[in-house]
Amino acid sequence: MDNVLAFGAASGQAGRVDALFVMITVIGGFFFFLTQGMLIYFAVKYRRRLPDRDNETPTITGNPLLEFLWILIPSLVVVVIFYYGWRVYTDQRIPAAGETEVRVTGRQWMYEVTYPDGRTAINEVRVPAGKPVKFILSATDVLHGFYLPDFRVKMDMIPGRVTTLRVQPDRPGRYQIFCTVYCGTGHSNMLAQLIVMPPHEYAEWVEHGGREGGEGGKREPLAVRGERILKSAGCLNCHAVDGKEKIGPNFRGLYGSKVSLEGGKSVTADEEYLRESIMDPGAKIVRGYPNVMPTFKASIPREDVDAVVEYLKTLK
Amino acid sequence: MSGQPGEHADPAVAFESAKLGVWTFLATEVLLFGALFTAYTVFRLKYPEMFRAEHAKLDRVLGAVNTVVLITSSLMVVLGVDAIKRGKARLFEACFGATILLAAVFLCIKYMEYTAKFHHGIYPRTNLFFSIYFMLTGLHGIHVLLGMGVLSYVILLSRRGRLSASYSTPAEMSGLYWHFVDLVWIYLFPLLYLIG
Amino acid sequence: MEGVERIAAERNGRGYLSERGWRSWAFTLDHKRIGAMYLWTTTVFFLIGGVFALLLRLELLSPQARYFSNHTYNVFFTLHGAMMIFLFIIPAIPSGLGNFFIPLHIGARDVAFPRLNLASYWVFAAGFLVIIGSLVAPMDTGWTFYTPYSAKSAAAVTTLSLGIFLIGMSSILTGLNFIVTIHKLRAPGMTWHRLPLFIWGMYATSIIQVVATPVVGVTFLLLAAERVLGVGFFDPSKGGDPVLFQHFFWFYSHPVVYVMILPAMGIVSEVIPVFSRKPIFGYSAIAYSSLAIAFIGFLVWGHHMFTSGMSPLANAIFSFLTFFVAVPTAVKVFNWIATLYKGSITFESPMLYALTFIFLFIVGGLTGPFLAALATNVQLHDTYFVVAHFHYTMMGGTVMGFFAGLHYWFPKMTGRMLNEKVARLAWALIFIGFNVTFFTMFIVGVRGMPRRYAEYLPKYHTENVISTIGSAVLAVGILVMCWNFLQGLRKGAPAPANPWRALSLEWQAASPPETENFHEIPHVTAWPYGYGTPKA
Repeated sequence: MDNVLAFGAASGQAGRVDALFVMITVIGGFFFFLTQGMLIYFAVKYRRRLPDRDNETPTITGNPLLEFLWILIPSLVVVVIFYYGWRVYTDQRIPAAGETEVRVTGRQWMYEVTYPDGRTAINEVRVPAGKPVKFILSATDVLHGFYLPDFRVKMDMIPGRVTTLRVQPDRPGRYQIFCTVYCGTGHSNMLAQLIVMPPHEYAEWVEHGGREGGEGGKREPLAVRGERILKSAGCLNCHAVDGKEKIGPNFRGLYGSKVSLEGGKSVTADEEYLRESIMDPGAKIVRGYPNVMPTFKASIPREDVDAVVEYLKTLK
Repeated sequence: MSGQPGEHADPAVAFESAKLGVWTFLATEVLLFGALFTAYTVFRLKYPEMFRAEHAKLDRVLGAVNTVVLITSSLMVVLGVDAIKRGKARLFEACFGATILLAAVFLCIKYMEYTAKFHHGIYPRTNLFFSIYFMLTGLHGIHVLLGMGVLSYVILLSRRGRLSASYSTPAEMSGLYWHFVDLVWIYLFPLLYLIG
Repeated sequence: MEGVERIAAERNGRGYLSERGWRSWAFTLDHKRIGAMYLWTTTVFFLIGGVFALLLRLELLSPQARYFSNHTYNVFFTLHGAMMIFLFIIPAIPSGLGNFFIPLHIGARDVAFPRLNLASYWVFAAGFLVIIGSLVAPMDTGWTFYTPYSAKSAAAVTTLSLGIFLIGMSSILTGLNFIVTIHKLRAPGMTWHRLPLFIWGMYATSIIQVVATPVVGVTFLLLAAERVLGVGFFDPSKGGDPVLFQHFFWFYSHPVVYVMILPAMGIVSEVIPVFSRKPIFGYSAIAYSSLAIAFIGFLVWGHHMFTSGMSPLANAIFSFLTFFVAVPTAVKVFNWIATLYKGSITFESPMLYALTFIFLFIVGGLTGPFLAALATNVQLHDTYFVVAHFHYTMMGGTVMGFFAGLHYWFPKMTGRMLNEKVARLAWALIFIGFNVTFFTMFIVGVRGMPRRYAEYLPKYHTENVISTIGSAVLAVGILVMCWNFLQGLRKGAPAPANPWRALSLEWQAASPPETENFHEIPHVTAWPYGYGTPKA
């Protein structure tokens, strides 16, 4: 589907980006015709007609008022464009209630997709139409990109870090996913599809174990697996899920809360913070707690860390 | 018409040009080291505990000795430049010679430090603190070595009778460079060795 | 050669070119010869880089791999970018035309440090030899060398890093030389406000070179250290941050685009008044806008990284500041156009290229806001829209400015005139070919085609075919232009000292100038834009 400047084709958000694009085109077009017009008009109108009187041109060396105007007006214009560019961008990042969360990890040269219920897929993401989607992105080896041209958004996938991208697909259909950060020989073949399904079809697909696309059979939901790992890795020796406070911060209500750190700063406990706390506990020390947590970088594989994070998110 | 190719007719202009040239060059050096200091800051803020733990493995005594050595070498440069501006070429050569000697001492001590670390299995790849340590002190050490070369060349010019009270530009310019090299160390030492 | 013999030889019309033999070139301290060597060298790399571009366009005729493997294609776009940027567009105007004309413009006999100048050329040569050496295991990282891919790649990235480090050193030495030259060697009476605008542009350029280049030197040093010593600044498995590389890289690479454009803008500021027979409009505004562009250019590097996971606040700040680079740039464009007003304009080849610069640079510049605005950047980043934007500004801008300078100063540098008819034919082919090649890229980028794609979806086929046809026309135009230069060198009509009746000081020297530039250092009493008065 090629829906360039087709307002609202894939999502309302894409339509707003298109509106901004048109606005910049109109403003740019105005200045284009103004400047190119004057350039061509003057070049033609003032071409030399009398070769031996070519030095009878007026000695105009400047005009302070004009200089002031053509500094002021472009400055105002660009502030306006900045503002709308910033507004539309910020709106893209607002978390919404009821988001479908999908983890996508890039590796040379494919996208590994993991759903909250543990189901996995390669190069294909299925989501229901009409509901907001939050992609949780990372990479295993080198930088990759996650570009949804129909939604007018992209986000880089960075090894060792988690980034997020939000869309709200309104219309069912198949949408292209491109890799946009050069990642080696297979870069231009690293393609995937976002399949937006009507809600009833999506529900059916979820229930029947997703035979088309996705590995067959029910897998252990990520959060369930995360709970299992949390218990077996010894986290509960120092952290409580309920009740009495132990050596480390309590887990209930942790996700999404504001955490005060040693040194005065505070941070929101998002996926990135939770992941970092497991892999690199010394990076941010919670105020009032000792810095004694060991790192689990070597003992818990990345997919399992993701699962633990998913479990922690359920502890409201 | 100009005199020798590559020289300027007016010595005052030549001196002013040399001064502006060296200061501009030092500005580029500030940015060169500045980029590495930025990396230091980024990683110190990210891993304060690791930096605190690892920096204790550096030998503060040797670092302090090196600081004294370099400051003394800068003192020798000041004395040397003063000497040549009073026309005392032999005294100048002795002072700059002392500077080179002290620089060599500095490098020997750094060599000792490096080999001690390697002996304990600590290499640039061991962790980010030591990556920064080796890169910063390594780049600085290269500048010390190149400085020794420049100072030697200036001594050579003096031995050939090319320097005098009225023409001491090479001495002053190389002296400026040396002070900069010293200054970089004065930042390096506390940031790497002392700050907990 | 002894002084008397040399003067006699030069008086037979060959000026600084009289002395022959390879040693007179390899060990020259004459800024004009050094500039000429840079011009030849950078032009050769322009043509080689252009060949890589044509190979890319050839492959892009078909959506699937046809003539080359994807890996080979990826190597080609890396080499195209790296050679064009490091070996052509950064050094060509500054170290080529700048070296030749800065002393002439300010009424000096040479630059402040002629030996350093020669050294800068040989360091440059060492750099490009090392870069060529790295072709034994060619890179496919793209000219941006993002980690972790560049740190892990099996290609000769370390060697290439050393080569680029040397090129950077050469750039720093040149910039340093120019700053001191402009400050200290101006002729009596040549105040700052009587300097040609080319000098103002070169001065701002030199400041950027001196301040920004060391950072890219360290960046490549750290990349080499990551590969050789195993340090992990950019390696997530060692606690490093791959995005830190991008910050270091773009801290230089954004300002460097102003190193590319400011000298070309300086040339346009020289050419427009001469061929309009009218003073430049807004001299001070144009002069200070160069400094403003240089300054603001240091503050905006993050706009290459809006999708790299930077915080929304950082993104907003970089976006806001990026828009303000447009303001001093617009000031120049308006002032050039105002210069044409009520002028008496002719369209010799230098003027054709200068007007083309303005036309194409306006297109490139007006596509900038799409990329500066956050929401549209997120859509267009890493697509062909960006490729089109920077080719309009760098090739439609800088390269056209470079061609304008070559045509304008060809008589002065060589003592011969070019064939105007052939020059205009070449210009027409270049103008048409350029627009057909690159305008289609805006379209295909908005339609979502990512950049650095060896293979693409069939729906982008048509634009790619059109673009390739355009590139063939562009290539023919450039070849015709080069042929014209070669013919001009060999058989061009003898040039008078001042064929364009221009007022800046270089035209008071002979064509070609003697080694010492001027018989006597001129005493300057007026600015060089007094056209339109009966005396001029």
